Amino acid sequence: MHSFGYRGNALLTFAVTILAFMCAIASFSDNFSNQTPSAQIQILNINWFQKQPHGNDEVSLTLNITADLQSLFTWNTKQVFAFVAAEYKTSKNSLNQVSLWDAIIPEKEHAKFWIQISNKYRFIDQGYNLRGKDFNLTLHWHVMPKTGKMFADKIVMSGYRLPDAYR
Amino acid sequence: MGWIGETVDSIKSIKIRQLLTQAITLGMIVTSALIIWKALMCVTGTESPVVVVLSGSMEPGFKRGDILFLHMTKEPIRAGEIVVFNVDGRDIPIVHRAIKVHERENTGHVDVLTKGDNNDVDDIGLYADGQFWLHRHHIMGRAVGFLPYVGWVTIIMSEKPIIKYILIGALGLLVITSKD
Repeated sequence: MHSFGYRGNALLTFAVTILAFMCAIASFSDNFSNQTPSAQIQILNINWFQKQPHGNDEVSLTLNITADLQSLFTWNTKQVFAFVAAEYKTSKNSLNQVSLWDAIIPEKEHAKFWIQISNKYRFIDQGYNLRGKDFNLTLHWHVMPKTGKMFADKIVMSGYRLPDAYR
Repeated sequence: MGWIGETVDSIKSIKIRQLLTQAITLGMIVTSALIIWKALMCVTGTESPVVVVLSGSMEPGFKRGDILFLHMTKEPIRAGEIVVFNVDGRDIPIVHRAIKVHERENTGHVDVLTKGDNNDVDDIGLYADGQFWLHRHHIMGRAVGFLPYVGWVTIIMSEKPIIKYILIGALGLLVITSKD
């Protein structure tokens, strides 16, 4: 009853239980953080807008992205994954979401940023419906914790429109 | 030497009834573990409620050896969700993020393109020949939570099976020689 084996076993079980409990509490504490992120996206230029040989529209844009995601970081945050997606509706598809740019933000200091880039991923439609299309640009973020539950949310910015003709 | 003598003595002194009781207790433990696993499968709606991250394609968020908790609902797949999917013909699940989603009007059929956060290119190279999109039936679940490092046990046991056998052998010996 008091052998080394029994004591070792009891100690190990207790340690694992306490560790699991601590991970759960750490994750639970994320629910209490007050999150006020903000962002703005501007389309500086439509670089080109063509119909590809296989029939799908493709557009290349230069975006100006300003964001402040510092309030998303808690003590239990490992990184925040942010991405900008263009969202629009066509007659064939009720929803299209195309990711244009993403970034991994490892620390709170890097979470307030201003960046001007052309789209990292190709903006290609399923079909040729993009002329004159109204679309939203949504900044999504995904908070990845050190342990526990992951949180995701987004800011939708609407009012963007693609040109009526190819160029 | 005295420990070996004790073990041999205790094996010799086993009574049938005690052995059967121990076998049944072991059986109960195994079946309870199975019940908990199946219940988890029901609650989370996916066939594998817990997966181990095997590659570094989602670093620094998920490192090799982390475990992910999955959940699958009828909600449609949206961009940004971390999905776990199987490619036709391969049985290793892949954990990547959905970057493009095209959902059809009415039928709810959805085309999804995924990419690992740490990869430079999207996953078209990983899909089957001629396949450009994932569909709903490929996706096993969405990652909703994670625990670091715990999955190393599984990785070690599958890469060096000898450790699995040693562990089971030691457990078996412990069960036989314990006095309760």
